[in-house]
Amino acid sequence: MGLSVCVNKKLTGFSLDVSWAIGDELAVLFGFSGSGKSLTLQLIAGLMKPDGGVITANGKTYFDAARHVNAAPQQRSLGYVFQDLALFPHMTVRQNILFGAKGVPEDERNERYRELTETFYVAALENKRPSEISGGQKQRVAFARALMRRPDVLLLDEPFSALDTPLRIEMRAFLKDLRKTFQVPVVLVTHDAGEAASLADSIIVYSEGSVIQSGSTADVFSNPADERVKRLLLGQEDALRTFDKRR
Amino acid sequence: MIMDSSVVFSLRLSLQVAFAATVLIIVIGLPIAYLLARKNFPGKELLDISLTLPLVLPPTVTGYYLILAFGRNGFIGRYLYKWLDWSIMFTWYAAVLASFVVALPLMIKTGRAALEGVDRNLINAAYTLGHSEWETALKVTLPLAKRGLLAGIVLSFARALGEFGATLMVAGNIPGKTDTMPLAIYSLSASGEREQAAGMVVLLTLVAALFLYLANRYSRRIF
Repeated sequence: MGLSVCVNKKLTGFSLDVSWAIGDELAVLFGFSGSGKSLTLQLIAGLMKPDGGVITANGKTYFDAARHVNAAPQQRSLGYVFQDLALFPHMTVRQNILFGAKGVPEDERNERYRELTETFYVAALENKRPSEISGGQKQRVAFARALMRRPDVLLLDEPFSALDTPLRIEMRAFLKDLRKTFQVPVVLVTHDAGEAASLADSIIVYSEGSVIQSGSTADVFSNPADERVKRLLLGQEDALRTFDKRR
Repeated sequence: MIMDSSVVFSLRLSLQVAFAATVLIIVIGLPIAYLLARKNFPGKELLDISLTLPLVLPPTVTGYYLILAFGRNGFIGRYLYKWLDWSIMFTWYAAVLASFVVALPLMIKTGRAALEGVDRNLINAAYTLGHSEWETALKVTLPLAKRGLLAGIVLSFARALGEFGATLMVAGNIPGKTDTMPLAIYSLSASGEREQAAGMVVLLTLVAALFLYLANRYSRRIF
Protein backbone atom coordinates (compact mmCIF):
# COMPACT_ATOMS: atom_id res chain seq x y z
CA MET A 1 0.00 0.00 0.00
CA GLY A 2 1.29 3.44 -0.80
CA LEU A 3 1.41 6.37 -3.12
CA SER A 4 4.34 7.78 -5.03
CA VAL A 5 4.16 11.15 -6.71
CA CYS A 6 6.78 12.77 -8.88
CA VAL A 7 5.22 15.46 -11.05
CA ASN A 8 5.71 18.86 -12.58
CA LYS A 9 3.15 21.25 -13.95
CA LYS A 10 3.43 24.78 -15.27
CA LEU A 11 0.51 27.17 -14.98
CA THR A 12 0.41 30.89 -15.67
CA GLY A 13 2.49 32.50 -12.95
CA PHE A 14 3.00 29.28 -11.01
CA SER A 15 5.08 26.22 -11.41
CA LEU A 16 4.89 22.98 -9.45
CA ASP A 17 7.69 20.46 -9.25
CA VAL A 18 7.40 17.93 -6.44
CA SER A 19 8.45 14.42 -5.60
CA TRP A 20 7.41 12.40 -2.58
CA ALA A 21 6.17 8.97 -1.55
CA ILE A 22 4.15 7.68 1.35
CA GLY A 23 3.33 4.24 2.72
CA ASP A 24 0.31 3.07 4.69
CA GLU A 25 0.15 6.23 6.78
CA LEU A 26 -1.48 9.59 7.14
CA ALA A 27 0.68 12.12 5.35
CA VAL A 28 0.03 15.81 5.58
CA LEU A 29 0.80 18.19 2.73
CA PHE A 30 1.57 21.29 4.71
CA GLY A 31 2.21 24.84 3.56
CA PHE A 32 0.77 28.28 2.98
CA SER A 33 -2.22 28.70 0.68
CA GLY A 34 -1.15 28.82 -2.94
CA SER A 35 1.89 26.60 -2.52
CA GLY A 36 0.52 23.88 -4.82
CA LYS A 37 -0.93 21.40 -2.33
CA SER A 38 -4.44 21.23 -3.78
CA LEU A 39 -3.04 21.24 -7.31
CA THR A 40 -1.00 18.15 -6.38
CA LEU A 41 -4.20 16.36 -5.28
CA GLN A 42 -5.90 17.25 -8.56
CA LEU A 43 -2.95 15.84 -10.49
CA ILE A 44 -3.03 12.64 -8.42
CA ALA A 45 -6.77 12.28 -9.07
CA GLY A 46 -6.38 12.88 -12.80
CA LEU A 47 -8.55 16.01 -12.75
CA MET A 48 -5.61 17.85 -14.29
CA LYS A 49 -2.78 16.45 -16.38
CA PRO A 50 0.83 16.90 -15.22
CA ASP A 51 3.38 18.11 -17.76
CA GLY A 52 5.71 15.33 -16.78
CA GLY A 53 6.51 12.73 -14.15
CA VAL A 54 5.09 9.52 -12.71
CA ILE A 55 2.26 8.78 -10.29
CA THR A 56 1.76 5.29 -8.89
CA ALA A 57 -0.64 4.10 -6.23
CA ASN A 58 -0.72 0.66 -4.69
CA GLY A 59 1.48 -0.68 -7.50
CA LYS A 60 -0.73 0.73 -10.27
CA THR A 61 0.62 3.39 -12.60
CA TYR A 62 -1.86 6.28 -12.92
CA PHE A 63 0.39 8.57 -14.87
CA ASP A 64 3.71 8.13 -16.63
CA ALA A 65 4.66 10.85 -19.08
CA ALA A 66 7.49 8.83 -20.64
CA ARG A 67 5.26 5.82 -21.30
CA HIS A 68 2.23 7.93 -22.27
CA VAL A 69 0.13 6.49 -19.48
CA ASN A 70 -2.62 8.75 -18.21
CA ALA A 71 -5.48 6.91 -16.52
CA ALA A 72 -8.85 8.69 -16.46
CA PRO A 73 -10.06 9.86 -13.04
CA GLN A 74 -12.71 7.11 -13.19
CA GLN A 75 -10.03 4.43 -13.42
CA ARG A 76 -8.05 5.63 -10.41
CA SER A 77 -9.00 4.02 -7.13
CA LEU A 78 -9.03 7.15 -5.02
CA GLY A 79 -11.41 8.62 -2.48
CA TYR A 80 -11.41 12.38 -2.82
CA VAL A 81 -12.96 14.66 -0.23
CA PHE A 82 -13.16 18.18 -1.64
CA GLN A 83 -12.66 21.35 0.35
CA ASP A 84 -16.32 22.28 -0.14
CA LEU A 85 -17.23 18.55 0.16
CA ALA A 86 -19.04 18.60 -3.21
CA LEU A 87 -22.14 16.79 -1.99
CA PHE A 88 -24.77 16.66 -4.73
CA PRO A 89 -27.46 19.13 -3.64
CA HIS A 90 -30.20 17.40 -5.64
CA MET A 91 -29.64 14.00 -4.05
CA THR A 92 -30.47 12.71 -0.58
CA VAL A 93 -27.76 11.55 1.81
CA ARG A 94 -28.49 7.98 0.79
CA GLN A 95 -28.30 8.79 -2.93
CA ASN A 96 -25.09 10.73 -2.39
CA ILE A 97 -23.39 7.84 -0.62
CA LEU A 98 -24.67 5.23 -3.07
CA PHE A 99 -23.45 7.41 -5.95
CA GLY A 100 -20.03 6.42 -4.65
CA ALA A 101 -20.84 2.72 -5.10
CA LYS A 102 -20.03 2.61 -8.81
CA GLY A 103 -18.65 -0.82 -9.67
CA VAL A 104 -19.50 -2.29 -6.26
CA PRO A 105 -21.37 -5.59 -6.75
CA GLU A 106 -25.09 -5.28 -6.06
CA ASP A 107 -25.09 -7.73 -3.15
CA GLU A 108 -22.24 -5.95 -1.35
CA ARG A 109 -23.65 -2.50 -1.88
CA ASN A 110 -26.27 -2.54 0.88
CA GLU A 111 -23.95 -4.20 3.36
CA ARG A 112 -21.28 -1.55 2.77
CA TYR A 113 -23.80 1.25 2.88
CA ARG A 114 -25.11 0.00 6.23
CA GLU A 115 -21.61 -0.42 7.63
CA LEU A 116 -20.46 3.07 6.58
CA THR A 117 -23.59 4.92 7.62
CA GLU A 118 -23.46 3.24 11.04
CA THR A 119 -19.75 3.93 11.51
CA PHE A 120 -20.24 7.56 10.53
CA TYR A 121 -23.53 8.10 12.41
CA VAL A 122 -25.43 9.24 9.34
CA ALA A 123 -27.89 6.34 9.00
CA ALA A 124 -30.74 8.42 10.45
CA LEU A 125 -30.16 11.17 7.89
CA GLU A 126 -30.50 9.06 4.78
CA ASN A 127 -33.58 10.80 3.40
CA LYS A 128 -32.34 14.31 4.04
CA ARG A 129 -30.76 16.62 1.46
CA PRO A 130 -27.30 18.10 2.11
CA SER A 131 -28.94 21.50 2.71
CA GLU A 132 -30.87 20.02 5.62
CA ILE A 133 -27.95 18.65 7.65
CA SER A 134 -25.19 20.26 9.72
CA GLY A 135 -21.59 20.95 8.70
CA GLY A 136 -20.21 18.01 10.69
CA GLN A 137 -22.83 15.68 9.25
CA LYS A 138 -21.97 16.81 5.73
CA GLN A 139 -18.33 15.98 6.42
CA ARG A 140 -19.22 12.47 7.51
CA VAL A 141 -21.45 11.93 4.47
CA ALA A 142 -18.61 13.07 2.20
CA PHE A 143 -16.22 10.62 3.87
CA ALA A 144 -18.73 7.77 3.63
CA ARG A 145 -19.25 8.49 -0.06
CA ALA A 146 -15.50 8.61 -0.71
CA LEU A 147 -15.00 5.24 1.01
CA MET A 148 -17.84 3.31 -0.67
CA ARG A 149 -15.54 1.95 -3.37
CA ARG A 150 -12.81 1.04 -0.85
CA PRO A 151 -10.22 3.26 -2.53
CA ASP A 152 -6.49 2.56 -2.45
CA VAL A 153 -5.78 6.08 -1.20
CA LEU A 154 -7.88 8.77 0.44
CA LEU A 155 -7.21 12.37 -0.65
CA LEU A 156 -8.49 15.08 1.68
CA ASP A 157 -8.36 18.69 0.52
CA GLU A 158 -8.64 20.82 3.68
CA PRO A 159 -11.93 19.13 4.52
CA PHE A 160 -12.19 20.73 7.97
CA SER A 161 -11.31 24.29 7.04
CA ALA A 162 -14.91 25.51 7.05
CA LEU A 163 -15.67 24.14 10.53
CA ASP A 164 -15.44 25.98 13.84
CA THR A 165 -12.81 24.84 16.32
CA PRO A 166 -14.75 22.38 18.55
CA LEU A 167 -16.16 20.59 15.53
CA ARG A 168 -12.76 20.58 13.87
CA ILE A 169 -11.25 18.84 16.88
CA GLU A 170 -14.11 16.32 16.85
CA MET A 171 -13.51 15.65 13.15
CA ARG A 172 -9.80 15.10 13.75
CA ALA A 173 -10.66 12.39 16.27
CA PHE A 174 -13.06 10.96 13.74
CA LEU A 175 -10.36 10.87 11.08
CA LYS A 176 -8.00 9.01 13.43
CA ASP A 177 -10.69 6.41 14.11
CA LEU A 178 -11.34 6.13 10.41
CA ARG A 179 -7.66 5.36 9.81
CA LYS A 180 -7.86 2.54 12.34
CA THR A 181 -11.04 1.08 10.84
CA PHE A 182 -10.25 1.37 7.16
CA GLN A 183 -6.44 1.21 7.04
CA VAL A 184 -6.18 3.30 3.94
CA PRO A 185 -3.27 5.64 3.20
CA VAL A 186 -4.43 9.23 3.58
CA VAL A 187 -3.07 12.42 2.05
CA LEU A 188 -4.39 15.42 3.96
CA VAL A 189 -3.86 18.94 2.68
CA THR A 190 -3.78 21.64 5.34
CA HIS A 191 -2.22 24.98 6.22
CA ASP A 192 -3.09 24.48 9.89
CA ALA A 193 -0.06 23.41 11.93
CA GLY A 194 -2.33 22.19 14.72
CA GLU A 195 -4.06 19.83 12.33
CA ALA A 196 -0.72 18.60 11.03
CA ALA A 197 0.63 18.09 14.55
CA SER A 198 -2.39 16.20 15.81
CA LEU A 199 -2.92 13.92 12.81
CA ALA A 200 0.18 13.40 10.71
CA ASP A 201 2.43 10.35 10.65
CA SER A 202 4.61 12.24 8.22
CA ILE A 203 4.70 15.78 6.92
CA ILE A 204 5.56 17.05 3.47
CA VAL A 205 6.19 20.79 3.61
CA TYR A 206 5.33 22.79 0.48
CA SER A 207 6.52 26.23 -0.47
CA GLU A 208 5.94 27.93 -3.80
CA GLY A 209 5.48 24.73 -5.75
CA SER A 210 8.35 22.74 -4.24
CA VAL A 211 8.83 20.37 -1.32
CA ILE A 212 11.17 22.09 1.14
CA GLN A 213 11.16 19.42 3.80
CA SER A 214 9.64 16.03 4.37
CA GLY A 215 9.89 13.51 7.13
CA SER A 216 8.24 12.19 10.23
CA THR A 217 6.15 14.66 12.17
CA ALA A 218 8.74 14.56 14.98
CA ASP A 219 11.57 15.46 12.58
CA VAL A 220 9.78 18.37 11.00
CA PHE A 221 8.57 19.85 14.26
CA SER A 222 11.86 19.47 16.14
CA ASN A 223 14.24 20.21 13.26
CA PRO A 224 12.69 22.64 10.79
CA ALA A 225 14.91 22.52 7.71
CA ASP A 226 15.12 26.25 7.19
CA GLU A 227 13.63 29.65 7.94
CA ARG A 228 10.60 29.07 5.74
CA VAL A 229 9.56 25.96 7.64
CA LYS A 230 10.15 27.78 10.92
CA ARG A 231 7.97 30.62 9.67
CA LEU A 232 5.20 28.15 8.87
CA LEU A 233 5.38 26.79 12.40
CA LEU A 234 5.84 30.22 13.92
CA GLY A 235 3.12 31.25 16.33
CA GLN A 236 1.90 27.70 16.34
CA GLU A 237 2.97 26.90 19.91
CA ASP A 238 -0.38 25.21 20.40
CA ALA A 239 0.49 22.87 17.60
CA LEU A 240 3.81 22.04 19.21
CA ARG A 241 2.08 21.39 22.51
CA THR A 242 -0.38 19.09 20.78
CA PHE A 243 2.49 17.23 19.26
CA ASP A 244 4.35 16.98 22.59
CA LYS A 245 1.22 15.53 24.13
CA ARG A 246 1.10 12.87 21.43
CA ARG A 247 4.66 11.90 22.20
CA MET B 1 -64.98 35.43 -33.71
CA ILE B 2 -65.80 32.73 -36.16
CA MET B 3 -63.71 29.60 -35.57
CA ASP B 4 -63.81 28.59 -39.21
CA SER B 5 -61.74 25.75 -40.53
CA SER B 6 -58.90 27.94 -41.74
CA VAL B 7 -58.42 29.38 -38.25
CA VAL B 8 -58.40 25.90 -36.74
CA PHE B 9 -55.97 24.77 -39.39
CA SER B 10 -53.57 27.65 -38.73
CA LEU B 11 -53.72 27.16 -34.99
CA ARG B 12 -53.08 23.45 -35.30
CA LEU B 13 -50.29 23.97 -37.80
CA SER B 14 -48.62 26.60 -35.59
CA LEU B 15 -48.66 24.30 -32.57
CA GLN B 16 -47.47 21.35 -34.65
CA VAL B 17 -44.59 23.39 -36.11
CA ALA B 18 -43.61 24.84 -32.72
CA PHE B 19 -43.68 21.39 -31.06
CA ALA B 20 -41.64 19.77 -33.82
CA ALA B 21 -39.10 22.62 -33.75
CA THR B 22 -38.85 22.34 -29.95
CA VAL B 23 -38.23 18.60 -30.16
CA LEU B 24 -35.41 19.29 -32.64
CA ILE B 25 -34.08 21.98 -30.34
CA ILE B 26 -33.96 19.55 -27.41
CA VAL B 27 -32.41 16.75 -29.47
CA ILE B 28 -29.87 18.92 -31.31
CA GLY B 29 -29.62 22.18 -29.34
CA LEU B 30 -29.11 20.65 -25.91
CA PRO B 31 -26.06 18.56 -26.92
CA ILE B 32 -24.60 21.62 -28.69
CA ALA B 33 -25.13 23.75 -25.57
CA TYR B 34 -23.41 21.01 -23.55
CA LEU B 35 -20.44 20.89 -25.95
CA LEU B 36 -20.08 24.66 -25.84
CA ALA B 37 -20.29 24.72 -22.04
CA ARG B 38 -18.01 21.79 -21.24
CA LYS B 39 -15.57 21.22 -24.09
CA ASN B 40 -12.75 23.10 -25.68
CA PHE B 41 -12.27 22.59 -29.38
CA PRO B 42 -11.04 24.66 -32.30
CA GLY B 43 -13.76 26.84 -33.77
CA LYS B 44 -15.87 26.69 -30.62
CA GLU B 45 -16.67 30.38 -30.47
CA LEU B 46 -17.20 30.45 -34.22
CA LEU B 47 -19.82 27.70 -33.83
CA ASP B 48 -21.47 29.63 -31.01
CA ILE B 49 -21.56 32.81 -33.05
CA SER B 50 -22.88 31.23 -36.23
CA LEU B 51 -25.69 29.45 -34.36
CA THR B 52 -26.53 32.59 -32.38
CA LEU B 53 -26.60 34.91 -35.40
CA PRO B 54 -30.32 34.30 -36.13
CA LEU B 55 -31.01 36.00 -32.79
CA VAL B 56 -29.76 39.33 -34.12
CA LEU B 57 -30.21 38.97 -37.88
CA PRO B 58 -33.54 39.94 -39.42
CA PRO B 59 -35.48 36.68 -39.89
CA THR B 60 -35.62 37.40 -43.61
CA VAL B 61 -31.82 37.22 -43.74
CA THR B 62 -31.89 33.91 -41.87
CA GLY B 63 -34.54 32.77 -44.33
CA TYR B 64 -32.33 33.80 -47.22
CA TYR B 65 -29.48 31.70 -45.87
CA LEU B 66 -31.87 28.77 -45.48
CA ILE B 67 -32.84 29.13 -49.14
CA LEU B 68 -29.14 29.11 -50.06
CA ALA B 69 -28.75 25.88 -48.11
CA PHE B 70 -32.01 24.06 -48.66
CA GLY B 71 -33.34 25.47 -51.94
CA ARG B 72 -33.44 23.11 -54.91
CA ASN B 73 -30.04 24.38 -55.94
CA GLY B 74 -28.80 24.84 -52.37
CA PHE B 75 -25.71 23.07 -51.20
CA ILE B 76 -27.80 20.64 -49.17
CA GLY B 77 -31.11 20.97 -51.01
CA ARG B 78 -29.64 19.90 -54.35
CA TYR B 79 -28.73 16.48 -52.95
CA LEU B 80 -32.13 16.05 -51.34
CA TYR B 81 -33.66 16.84 -54.70
CA LYS B 82 -31.27 14.56 -56.58
CA TRP B 83 -31.58 11.55 -54.30
CA LEU B 84 -35.09 11.84 -52.97
CA ASP B 85 -36.67 13.88 -55.74
CA TRP B 86 -38.00 16.07 -52.93
CA SER B 87 -37.49 19.60 -51.76
CA ILE B 88 -38.24 20.87 -48.31
CA MET B 89 -39.14 24.31 -49.69
CA PHE B 90 -42.80 25.34 -49.33
CA THR B 91 -43.73 22.39 -47.13
CA TRP B 92 -44.62 22.53 -43.44
CA TYR B 93 -41.23 20.91 -42.77
CA ALA B 94 -39.67 24.14 -44.02
CA ALA B 95 -41.68 26.03 -41.39
CA VAL B 96 -40.25 23.64 -38.77
CA LEU B 97 -36.74 24.22 -40.11
CA ALA B 98 -37.17 28.00 -40.01
CA SER B 99 -38.61 27.95 -36.49
CA PHE B 100 -35.83 25.61 -35.36
CA VAL B 101 -33.02 27.81 -36.69
CA VAL B 102 -34.53 31.03 -35.39
CA ALA B 103 -35.35 29.65 -31.93
CA LEU B 104 -32.13 27.63 -31.48
CA PRO B 105 -30.04 30.59 -30.18
CA LEU B 106 -32.37 30.96 -27.20
CA MET B 107 -31.72 27.34 -26.21
CA ILE B 108 -27.99 27.61 -26.83
CA LYS B 109 -27.53 30.87 -24.91
CA THR B 110 -29.71 29.92 -21.96
CA GLY B 111 -28.58 26.29 -21.91
CA ARG B 112 -24.88 27.08 -22.17
CA ALA B 113 -25.11 29.57 -19.29
CA ALA B 114 -27.06 27.09 -17.15
CA LEU B 115 -24.60 24.25 -17.82
CA GLU B 116 -21.57 26.48 -17.24
CA GLY B 117 -23.12 27.49 -13.93
CA VAL B 118 -22.92 23.94 -12.56
CA ASP B 119 -20.17 23.76 -9.92
CA ARG B 120 -17.09 22.19 -11.51
CA ASN B 121 -16.28 20.46 -8.21
CA LEU B 122 -19.52 18.48 -8.35
CA ILE B 123 -18.63 17.20 -11.80
CA ASN B 124 -15.10 16.36 -10.66
CA ALA B 125 -16.54 14.59 -7.62
CA ALA B 126 -18.66 12.41 -9.90
CA TYR B 127 -15.58 11.55 -11.98
CA THR B 128 -13.51 10.60 -8.92
CA LEU B 129 -16.43 8.38 -7.83
CA GLY B 130 -16.01 6.42 -11.06
CA HIS B 131 -18.82 7.86 -13.16
CA SER B 132 -18.20 8.38 -16.87
CA GLU B 133 -18.78 11.74 -18.49
CA TRP B 134 -22.05 10.51 -19.97
CA GLU B 135 -23.38 9.28 -16.61
CA THR B 136 -22.20 12.46 -14.92
CA ALA B 137 -23.98 14.58 -17.51
CA LEU B 138 -27.23 12.63 -17.04
CA LYS B 139 -27.17 12.35 -13.26
CA VAL B 140 -25.37 15.50 -12.12
CA THR B 141 -24.89 18.20 -14.74
CA LEU B 142 -28.28 18.13 -16.47
CA PRO B 143 -30.37 17.78 -13.28
CA LEU B 144 -28.51 20.67 -11.66
CA ALA B 145 -28.97 22.84 -14.75
CA LYS B 146 -32.59 21.82 -15.36
CA ARG B 147 -34.12 25.13 -14.33
CA GLY B 148 -32.10 27.03 -16.94
CA LEU B 149 -32.58 24.29 -19.52
CA LEU B 150 -36.34 24.33 -19.06
CA ALA B 151 -36.31 28.11 -19.41
CA GLY B 152 -34.40 27.68 -22.68
CA ILE B 153 -36.93 25.14 -23.95
CA VAL B 154 -39.93 27.31 -23.07
CA LEU B 155 -38.39 30.41 -24.65
CA SER B 156 -37.54 28.44 -27.78
CA PHE B 157 -41.09 27.12 -28.01
CA ALA B 158 -42.53 30.60 -27.60
CA ARG B 159 -40.16 31.95 -30.25
CA ALA B 160 -41.01 29.08 -32.62
CA LEU B 161 -44.72 29.71 -32.15
CA GLY B 162 -44.32 33.34 -33.18
CA GLU B 163 -41.90 32.81 -36.06
CA PHE B 164 -42.84 34.76 -39.19
CA GLY B 165 -40.07 36.14 -41.40
CA ALA B 166 -37.88 33.12 -42.08
CA THR B 167 -40.97 30.92 -42.37
CA LEU B 168 -42.39 33.20 -45.05
CA MET B 169 -39.11 32.95 -46.99
CA VAL B 170 -38.77 29.15 -47.00
CA ALA B 171 -42.29 27.81 -46.50
CA GLY B 172 -44.22 30.51 -48.30
CA ASN B 173 -47.69 31.48 -47.23
CA ILE B 174 -49.79 28.78 -48.84
CA PRO B 175 -53.34 28.74 -47.46
CA GLY B 176 -54.23 25.36 -46.04
CA LYS B 177 -50.63 24.17 -46.32
CA THR B 178 -48.04 26.42 -44.72
CA ASP B 179 -49.99 29.35 -43.32
CA THR B 180 -49.15 29.25 -39.62
CA MET B 181 -51.00 31.74 -37.43
CA PRO B 182 -48.53 34.61 -37.80
CA LEU B 183 -48.67 34.19 -41.60
CA ALA B 184 -52.45 33.88 -41.65
CA ILE B 185 -52.74 37.03 -39.53
CA TYR B 186 -50.53 38.85 -42.00
CA SER B 187 -52.64 37.73 -44.98
CA LEU B 188 -55.95 38.56 -43.31
CA SER B 189 -54.71 41.92 -42.20
CA ALA B 190 -53.25 42.74 -45.61
CA SER B 191 -56.49 41.82 -47.39
CA GLY B 192 -58.56 43.96 -45.05
CA GLU B 193 -60.20 41.15 -43.10
CA ARG B 194 -59.50 42.97 -39.85
CA GLU B 195 -62.08 41.19 -37.74
CA GLN B 196 -60.77 37.73 -38.59
CA ALA B 197 -57.21 38.92 -38.02
CA ALA B 198 -58.12 40.38 -34.63
CA GLY B 199 -59.63 37.05 -33.58
CA MET B 200 -56.46 35.20 -34.50
CA VAL B 201 -54.32 37.81 -32.75
CA VAL B 202 -56.27 37.30 -29.53
CA LEU B 203 -56.14 33.53 -29.93
CA LEU B 204 -52.37 33.46 -30.54
CA THR B 205 -51.77 35.77 -27.60
CA LEU B 206 -53.88 33.58 -25.32
CA VAL B 207 -52.20 30.37 -26.46
CA ALA B 208 -48.71 31.88 -25.95
CA ALA B 209 -49.67 33.25 -22.52
CA LEU B 210 -51.14 29.89 -21.54
CA PHE B 211 -47.89 28.09 -22.37
CA LEU B 212 -45.82 30.59 -20.43
CA TYR B 213 -48.18 30.28 -17.47
CA LEU B 214 -48.02 26.47 -17.54
CA ALA B 215 -44.25 26.55 -17.80
CA ASN B 216 -43.97 28.90 -14.84
CA ARG B 217 -46.34 26.84 -12.76
CA TYR B 218 -44.68 23.58 -13.68
CA SER B 219 -41.19 24.91 -12.96
CA ARG B 220 -42.30 26.15 -9.53
CA ARG B 221 -43.77 22.78 -8.67
CA ILE B 222 -40.81 20.65 -9.61
CA PHE B 223 -38.02 22.83 -8.22
